[in-house]
Amino acid sequence: MALLVELVARAANLELKETFEMRENLNIFTKVQVAAPDYPGVPIGDAQHNRVGGIYHSTFMGRFGDAQIGPIYLGATGIASIISFFVAFFIMGMNMAASVDWSPIEFMKNFFWLTLDPPPAKYGLSFPPLWDGGWFLIAGFFLTASVMLWWWRTFKISQNLGMSNYLAWAFGSAIWLFLVLGFLRPILMGSWSEAVPYGIFSHLDWTQNFSLRYGNLFYNPFHMLSIAFLYGSAVLFAMHGATILATSRYGADREIDQITDRGTAAERGALFWRWCMGFNASIESIHRWAWWFAVLTVITGGIGILLTGTAVDNWYLWALERGMVP
Amino acid sequence: MSMLSFEKKYRVKGGTLIGGDLLDFWVGPFYVGFFGVTTAVCAILGTALILYGAAQGDTWNVWRISIEPPPLSYGLSLAPMNEGGLWQMITIFACGAFGSWMLRQVEISRKLGMGLHVPFAFGFAIFAYVSLVVIRPWLLGAWGHGFPYGIMSHLNWVSYIGYQYAAFHYNPAHMIAVTFFFTTCLALAMHGSLILMATDPKRGEHVKTGEHENTFFRDNIGYSIGALGIHRLGMFTAISAAFWSAICMLISGPLWSESWPSWWNWWLELPIWS
Repeated sequence: MALLVELVARAANLELKETFEMRENLNIFTKVQVAAPDYPGVPIGDAQHNRVGGIYHSTFMGRFGDAQIGPIYLGATGIASIISFFVAFFIMGMNMAASVDWSPIEFMKNFFWLTLDPPPAKYGLSFPPLWDGGWFLIAGFFLTASVMLWWWRTFKISQNLGMSNYLAWAFGSAIWLFLVLGFLRPILMGSWSEAVPYGIFSHLDWTQNFSLRYGNLFYNPFHMLSIAFLYGSAVLFAMHGATILATSRYGADREIDQITDRGTAAERGALFWRWCMGFNASIESIHRWAWWFAVLTVITGGIGILLTGTAVDNWYLWALERGMVP
Repeated sequence: MSMLSFEKKYRVKGGTLIGGDLLDFWVGPFYVGFFGVTTAVCAILGTALILYGAAQGDTWNVWRISIEPPPLSYGLSLAPMNEGGLWQMITIFACGAFGSWMLRQVEISRKLGMGLHVPFAFGFAIFAYVSLVVIRPWLLGAWGHGFPYGIMSHLNWVSYIGYQYAAFHYNPAHMIAVTFFFTTCLALAMHGSLILMATDPKRGEHVKTGEHENTFFRDNIGYSIGALGIHRLGMFTAISAAFWSAICMLISGPLWSESWPSWWNWWLELPIWS
């Protein structure tokens, strides 16, 4: 009953406001939840039967975000993608288990150090024996298949809903980096041994050795750009997330409404940055800034990796020749 | 001129922390206020000192200009201007400028009836910077442990510190920080995409609704965190990235001075299997 009173009072913008002001101002957690009925999603006609997994409601999740969990749209590509992923995952796990002689306790003890390595350089681009990198290539094939099938889904789902493909192309740019690392660059280098190993510490070692082998990746201008966009993404999301939360009591989180019919929330958010740094995005354009920063992180990263060892052998010397090194 | 069509009615007095109405005005699009003045003073002096330091150096090549911190031998004392004193002054002005900028954000938030989320988040960025040039050098006993102010020189410093601990990627706080950075980038791409997919749909389609937004991510990954939730998540992952970046540096040296790979020996020595 108390909740109901609060809910009505808040909706009517009555004097309860004073007591709740701090909490509403912060809006870190959702204090009042409405128990909503199951919502299967915007109707999509015949494809509806692909929505599976049931619908659950979690009060706990509702404190942070949306209370409803599920359903998920799978269909043939979704199921194929998940199966491919688990095949890859299973191959990696089995190879790691074999490397510790199938001992569960040794598996846990060495968990962070376990790895499924690419084939040695002597095999070039040919298919090596299973135990000497063959499983690595098979795992990579299924992992790539899984990712590509999932990519196809993102086009399909937005098409079902009559939406455009920004997310699909953003995902595509991440796939670009993924393919450069494990497929395109190894082909240009003429050996699968160039690919990144599957393992926690082993992929970190690969990263460090890659930098050392090519004269310190910090001198690679595309690496510089990628890092700048990565940090810039964090800055942008901190700025955008904070701005929306800080104006959420004016309804800023309803961004589509604010974009199509600008309200005081969007005006305050824009003016905040205009007064702070002399420039502001609009509530629509901030999402274009966001999209480009995130997407350029992986696009420039992929270019930087692809050039390394193929076009440039030593980034330190490259920078030295251009007078950049102190 | 510099006012947006709807701006005039928002330009009201009040909300200042210091100085009452004295500095409560705008210059062009910028709000001034007491902290606008302190920001400008600190930023201009700091920039002037960087230029002065560059003039003392042997190059105007923007990649190679560097203002070095004092040699370790000066410990925590003040150094002569051309031996790191400039770096110390610039650091003080930078801290002053960043702190003033944050308090200015507080004033602007109050003026616009907004929560203080933006200055709170910016505080994490300041914490990361202060950790590198004040807290960690202070814990290690010499300002010389700060990083040099220069484009390539600060990259060299990062390389050098990383290899001092053999493989910095094994630093657990660094792992957490990198994970938060990547997660923030991913979430930003997903959020930016979703809003554009709804408001800039295919040719001939109507603008979509919040129901479409939720449905898209439920269809795609089985859960939609919601329009409010994504901003909570994004702000959380972004400030966590800055926070753990600071922590990963603060523990390197003050708490752990060997190689980071060897730190993981505790795992191998757990009583379960050793």
